[in-house]
Amino acid sequence: MDSDDEFMSDVSSQDDFLGTQGSDDESLGEDFDDLDAGFSDDKDLIKHKKKPYEVEFKVLDPPDIDHEQLGQVNEVCAILGLPPESVAILLRFGRWNKEKLIESYMEHPEETLEEAGLGSNFEGTAKTERVPGFMCDICCEDGDDLETYAMRCGHRYCVDCYRHYLGQKIKEEGEAGRIQCPGDGCNRIVDSKSLDLLVTKELQGRYRELLTRTYVDDKENLKWCPAPNCQYAIDCGVKNRDLRRIVPTVRCFCKHEFCFGCSLSDHQPAPCTLVKMWLQKCEDDSETANWISANTKECTKCNSTIEKNGGCNHMTCRKCKYEFCWMCMGLWSEHGTSWYNCNRYEEKSGADARTAQAKSRSSLERYLHYYNRYANHEQSAKLDKDLYLKTEKKMTSLQSQSGLSWIEVQFLDTASQALQQCRQTLKWTYAFAFYLARNNLTEIFEDNQKDLEMAVESLSEMFEKPVAELAGLKVDILDKTAYCNKRRVILLSDTAENLKNGEWSFNVEW
Amino acid sequence: MGSIKRISKELTELTESPPEGITVELADESNVYEWKITMEGPEGSPYHNGKFLVKLSLPTEYPFKPPTVSFATKIYHPNVTNDEKGSMCLGMLRADEWKPSSKIAAVLQFARQLLSEPMPDDAVEGRIAEQYKNDRVRYEEVAREWTRKHAC
Repeated sequence: MDSDDEFMSDVSSQDDFLGTQGSDDESLGEDFDDLDAGFSDDKDLIKHKKKPYEVEFKVLDPPDIDHEQLGQVNEVCAILGLPPESVAILLRFGRWNKEKLIESYMEHPEETLEEAGLGSNFEGTAKTERVPGFMCDICCEDGDDLETYAMRCGHRYCVDCYRHYLGQKIKEEGEAGRIQCPGDGCNRIVDSKSLDLLVTKELQGRYRELLTRTYVDDKENLKWCPAPNCQYAIDCGVKNRDLRRIVPTVRCFCKHEFCFGCSLSDHQPAPCTLVKMWLQKCEDDSETANWISANTKECTKCNSTIEKNGGCNHMTCRKCKYEFCWMCMGLWSEHGTSWYNCNRYEEKSGADARTAQAKSRSSLERYLHYYNRYANHEQSAKLDKDLYLKTEKKMTSLQSQSGLSWIEVQFLDTASQALQQCRQTLKWTYAFAFYLARNNLTEIFEDNQKDLEMAVESLSEMFEKPVAELAGLKVDILDKTAYCNKRRVILLSDTAENLKNGEWSFNVEW
Repeated sequence: MGSIKRISKELTELTESPPEGITVELADESNVYEWKITMEGPEGSPYHNGKFLVKLSLPTEYPFKPPTVSFATKIYHPNVTNDEKGSMCLGMLRADEWKPSSKIAAVLQFARQLLSEPMPDDAVEGRIAEQYKNDRVRYEEVAREWTRKHAC
């Protein structure tokens, strides 16, 4: 378990996302020092036993995130004895790394404050003032009754200008945590107290929103759910460097399942890097080039690309009039009288051209094998979903006639969800398999893949039956659904364990 | 409009006590947003003895948004685009670095300073910047040549 230990040591016990993976003796050893924690951990494990491919995570809503920020601000306030609005600026400057920040403050308080845009003057309260004989340096208005404001840096401007400046920064530039004093060359950061004093409630809300956004962006363990209009964030302990060993799929409250590592939709069992390579490959023009090289040949004299679309093997290049044999790529005149029938396969003049051709053809065929299956599952998942939506409508109308209750027709919903999920998994098994080197493990993987695929196809078939027959198939569909889910768990568990233990060998470097 | 008051004040100050080598006037007396600046090439630079026409445009949101500066006279310089626009890229003129209390006088002084000391690392003309760094003599020759041809 050496490699395991090293791997797990990166993660605090709370972030023990591979909890069930650890062998018993290992967890015993760790828990000895802290019996209480050990107990609660064990209880959790029994309550919802995690699969090897599942990771520990938490969904946070915006108030949770605000609460978290506030908690950290208060904690640091208590240690440093500075006002909370200043501590918030400090923490944002230190990207919420409390320990490092406190350390740097203890060592060089003044430099740290200066760099964070704070200055060391914490006297006075935030309030607007009227100053006799004042002229605003921005709009050049003057007058004794002009309402003015200055932060602790003392750069004083009229409230209207200050307000306009803040509004522009927040609304137009989407800036919040790094808004500086309007003074030329002054790097003091505008604190939340000053902001609240000067701008409208609406802008204050926007400002807080922007701050929350940067907070989540700054923290490595937080990520926004990428679903459109989703307001939740996910808290997960998987680090970037773990992504070679784990595919951390998380599920948001909005039901969207995505990868915490790369924010793409769930792509288990394939690791993020391979997914990126695969998507790039599918998108790339290089595959068009591959097709060209597999289906066309170059004139050996002028290199024009030629596609043979019928006729005999005696080719005459349209461009340079060079005559050659399509089969062996050799010079046609060397064929003598053996017209329409190339028997010169061993000739050196054509051998090299043929080797290159064959290689590119077989690599293309290999790619297409995996791509077609990948694309097919993607397409089928869509069709299954459409079918379900149609069926659901019919079932509702059928409900009144057949006397089946709403609850009783839910088995179709469950089956549809299983189909979606299994096809999503199958789709990515093909991308994964494309990069696998051939060995025993790969064969086991392909067996698992085949089992799941067969189960999915037969469930899909039942699903397509006319609505009238569906009620009679209920038990079969329920059984098949359960079987599909089981096969999926087996495939994913097996792949995840091998990935975690570094057992897979690949045909690419990544 | 508050900005008119501010612009008039800056214009008055700049015409009454202009910075060294710089004269300022409005391109059109009825429009305070378009300025015409004549900048003398600083002594010791290959632009010396040249008179460069510089256009300064103020956005309606001035001073909350920065002005834009461009050379109407052709100039061979790493930080000025070598086209009919003659655009300039000054750090302080970027929207996120500009402060409403920054002044046009400072912008102009900075622009003139740039003639003496180009900033090849922030260049808009990569080729000229390259030459400035690697073949200073040749750069100065060409810059002098262009000054004689276009700015005298």
